[in-house]
Amino acid sequence: MSVLAEIKDGLVCGDDERVSELTQQAIEQGLSPQEILSESLIGGMTIVGERFKEHEIFLPDVLLAAKAMHAGMEVLRPLLIDAGIPSIGKVVLGSVQGDLHDIGKNLVGILLKGAGFEVIDLGNDVAPQSFVDAAKERGASVIGMSALLTTTMPTMAKVVDLVKERKLDSRIKTIVGGAPVSEMFAREIGADAYGFDAANAVDRVKSLTTA
Amino acid sequence: MKQLLERVKQGDVLVGDGAMGTLLFQKGLEAGACPESINLTRPEVLEEIAERYLGAGAEILETNTFGGSPIKLSMSGLAEQAEEINRSAVRAVRKIAGNRAYVSGSCGPTGKLLKPYGDADPEDLRESFRVQIGTLVEAGVDVICIETMTDLAEAKLALAGAREVSATIPIMATMTFDATPRGFFTIMGVSVQAAASGLREAGADIIGSNCGNGIENMIAIAKGFRSCCDAPLIIQSNAGLPKTVGGTLEYDEMPEFMADKSRELIDIGVSVIGGCCGTTPEHTRAIRELVDNTLPR
Repeated sequence: MSVLAEIKDGLVCGDDERVSELTQQAIEQGLSPQEILSESLIGGMTIVGERFKEHEIFLPDVLLAAKAMHAGMEVLRPLLIDAGIPSIGKVVLGSVQGDLHDIGKNLVGILLKGAGFEVIDLGNDVAPQSFVDAAKERGASVIGMSALLTTTMPTMAKVVDLVKERKLDSRIKTIVGGAPVSEMFAREIGADAYGFDAANAVDRVKSLTTA
Repeated sequence: MKQLLERVKQGDVLVGDGAMGTLLFQKGLEAGACPESINLTRPEVLEEIAERYLGAGAEILETNTFGGSPIKLSMSGLAEQAEEINRSAVRAVRKIAGNRAYVSGSCGPTGKLLKPYGDADPEDLRESFRVQIGTLVEAGVDVICIETMTDLAEAKLALAGAREVSATIPIMATMTFDATPRGFFTIMGVSVQAAASGLREAGADIIGSNCGNGIENMIAIAKGFRSCCDAPLIIQSNAGLPKTVGGTLEYDEMPEFMADKSRELIDIGVSVIGGCCGTTPEHTRAIRELVDNTLPR
């Protein structure tokens, strides 16, 4: 097995130490950081994302794979910065104001990073203003909002309204998700997309950014 | 009042109450506020809700303590008040229930992920559950309801905490499953079969499922439990999934529909039938009527 395939395999198995060591090895062998990133790390996370989407694996497996991806990224990051390699898009992410649940949102963040996006994670209990400010200042093209509580869902509408109010809706798209959220709800509040689960959210962000 | 487990043993079907959050929201709970904070500020609201469910025919009334573990409360800066929050909730429900209904101490997940997936230490979680359940038992609940669990390890820690407090208090333990092409699993990958054996081994008396995506899935889940164990079962279903209608949330499963479907739960041999998110006293009343008509008291 090539070292690139071995890194991918280690990531899918959630073995962070192996991924870290092998990434170092790959660099020493003269492989380009971009190649390692897209072939092994993003490639591995794509497999993990697909398997999660098909319910072949569950949240714990994804979290462990994400840890392994993180371990590989730690090794690659300085080299990627030196090489000036851009991400495929920037996404601002957060659980809406009043919502302290972040497992689903974190999962979306993991899979987005895995797909090559730059993720600006604002954490949980994020005010509408903060979403919009962060997206504008950091030049993000997508705002992703998560809610687990039915009581915090209405806050999502405020973010969508604020983007429109500030006339940013031509360059900042909104996507919503979370257990109580539905396609119908997304449409009603005027969000640009709805992700029914984390893997689907990544697909929808991809289509929002390439549209 | 006969002991709850005796009733279950003799084949009775007990009717549990419905949603708490849905009613608190109607009562003006601020979007995003900690639902348990109301236990300190407006306990009379809890009495009113308990009264409505008792009036609708519920025999098991839950306390507003789903997020009442110190770890969970710490996310709203209320960990220090954990004891009073739990005590006040029991006091309010007991005042209404007297000995006409069982008071059930609700205990939900901490919201933390255990190592190695997350950073939570199992010992911290167990201690947090022990503190909450200790207070609930001391305040006089008749039964503990550990619910909406997705990680079997966390559910077991809650059961361990509860059993440390009391070897005899009846415990109901429920997990939340999603439908997948390969059957029902929690988001953490726990199958119905794994839940059944794990919850029983850890000391639960009545096991089953709550929340979820509506009563029809729950029937399949109940069948799954029944096919792999003979433990008494509890099912507390959501009234479908929420939809927004003119800015407020509505659930699509009507009381009549849920009650009608509950007939199948009785056929499967479920001992406790209650509601979760989106169910109201009207749902409870409909289920009560069905149970009374099917199994005259």
